[in-house]
Amino acid sequence: MSSVVDEVASRPRPVVGPIASPPARSLIGGLAAAAAWFGVAAVTSFWPDKPESDWAYTDDFAALSGALAVALALAACAGVWFAGLQRVRRLAPWLIALALFFGAWEAVTAKLGLLPLPFFPPPQAILEVVVDDRTRLIACVLASFRLLATGYCLGAAIGFVTGVAIGWSRLVNYWIHPVLRFIGPLPATAWLPLAFFVFPSSFSASIFLIALATGFPVTVLTWSGVAGVNSAYYDIARTLGASQRFLVLKVAIPAAMPHVFVGLFMGLGTSFAVLVVAEMLGVKAGLGWYLQWAQGWAAYANMYAALLIMALLCSGLITLLFRLRDRLLSWQKGLVRW
Amino acid sequence: MVVAAAPAERTHPVSNHPRRGTTLTIREVSHRFDLEGQPLPVLDRISLRIDRSEFVALLGPSGCGKSTLLRLVAGLDPPTAGALLVDGEAIEGPDPSRVVVFQDPTLYPWRTVWNNVALGLQARGLLGTHRERVEDALRLVGLTGFANAYPHQLSGGMSQRTALARALVNDPKLLILDEPLGQLDSLTRITMQGELVSLWERVGFTALLVTHDVEEALFLAGRVIVLSARPAQIRAEIVNTLRYPRHRGDPHLAELRREVFAHLGLDATW
Repeated sequence: MSSVVDEVASRPRPVVGPIASPPARSLIGGLAAAAAWFGVAAVTSFWPDKPESDWAYTDDFAALSGALAVALALAACAGVWFAGLQRVRRLAPWLIALALFFGAWEAVTAKLGLLPLPFFPPPQAILEVVVDDRTRLIACVLASFRLLATGYCLGAAIGFVTGVAIGWSRLVNYWIHPVLRFIGPLPATAWLPLAFFVFPSSFSASIFLIALATGFPVTVLTWSGVAGVNSAYYDIARTLGASQRFLVLKVAIPAAMPHVFVGLFMGLGTSFAVLVVAEMLGVKAGLGWYLQWAQGWAAYANMYAALLIMALLCSGLITLLFRLRDRLLSWQKGLVRW
Repeated sequence: MVVAAAPAERTHPVSNHPRRGTTLTIREVSHRFDLEGQPLPVLDRISLRIDRSEFVALLGPSGCGKSTLLRLVAGLDPPTAGALLVDGEAIEGPDPSRVVVFQDPTLYPWRTVWNNVALGLQARGLLGTHRERVEDALRLVGLTGFANAYPHQLSGGMSQRTALARALVNDPKLLILDEPLGQLDSLTRITMQGELVSLWERVGFTALLVTHDVEEALFLAGRVIVLSARPAQIRAEIVNTLRYPRHRGDPHLAELRREVFAHLGLDATW
């Protein structure tokens, strides 16, 4: 009787490699990555910059690469004893590839001057921006995050409630569905001119736009999730004495959650786009504004720094949403490709 | 496969057997579906009375309207004409004292076995005070060790047992079984038939089983109602007084089987 469960629990794992033991392989991988980053440090430090350039942070970039190399070497050695550090092995190919990328970048910009300035600054120029302009950058990150979080949460909440209502009630469906069909496909940014004079501040206007961009996919997918619930689930609950409230909260919504998450992911993607546009055109703060400002001053190193930070922020938020889904929908693990 | 094995001296915590089931009266019930504007008659003046704690099987060809009759008894749909009464009172909607076990177990995939079984108690706000009933029901169907498993980890038989526990936890007075073993393999099916009889004997609910399996109907029920093809009418009623536990090889069962096949117009092969 227990065969099915046992089988799931003890499914054999694929054998990875036939020769070296895991600690040995992690040691080799880690040391190779460390060597690559030592190479970056050496290139940066000992190969003089192109004569007429004045990069203030060349030595700092070399020191940072060197520090990373030392850290990797230590982690590789420690990995022999601490299994937790053996993750380095998995990352090693990427670390080496990144080192090659940074080494090449350093060579063709600061050392050889092959790429035109100011469009293609060397890595140390970006480091310089991150360090020297950190106060403004932090302020921008906070401003962007505040705007995005407020707009996204508002849009997701309203979209979720609307979606459930449309999926559940014929009356709500009758009135809201046509509105949604008509207005929903309009890109949120098309509302920008209107929003900026209707709303009292550019901040509230941007929140409206982000909420709109998030709300549409969340509404549509929540609705289709609720509408698509197996009607036998309702029959079961009804024969067991469930109220309408119970049917909505404990049957319809949990069953629709996989769809809801698809909507949340799509909404997060579009909300990033709207955030940047709103900040560029209206709100005089945030990373979008910083990008615009940097471009206006031809400060391309600042632009790259802002792009880098923005990429980290966006991918971090997506990762966070994935973690949330993994927690809430772990029951799906055996049903769908995870 | 562990057969549901509550110790014999243990009385079922939520029942005071014997004979705690309900009576069911079906009076001149007819039912029609609307199929693209065309009325499709499904049930034709069905009249039937089921006594307290009786085990009755409805037997008929596929698509004859057996399951429709069960939906009416469950209160999921109202009949087009006629009346359905439980203990003399009209059925006006679903009620936890009349629980259906469907052909498909339809467990909620996002709930563990324990939480699936707890569904009825939770829906009625009784879970806080009656948690032990969930464990009792799981023990009754032999799934104690699987409380934390998710439905996708269960075999077909285990899923159907979970569905049975989900029904029994509500202490039903009338258990409505809509081909509950139809999708199981033949060995699991035979085991589950035995378990179903022993549960019915121990708990004492009234049982109404729909099936198109003649052996199953005769092995389980005290009375077999043979229905005609759509629109269903009652064609015959076969009383099976054989004592429980029954033996599948009993010659009397073979005789009754021939009789049932004759009513279904399939006696040529017997």
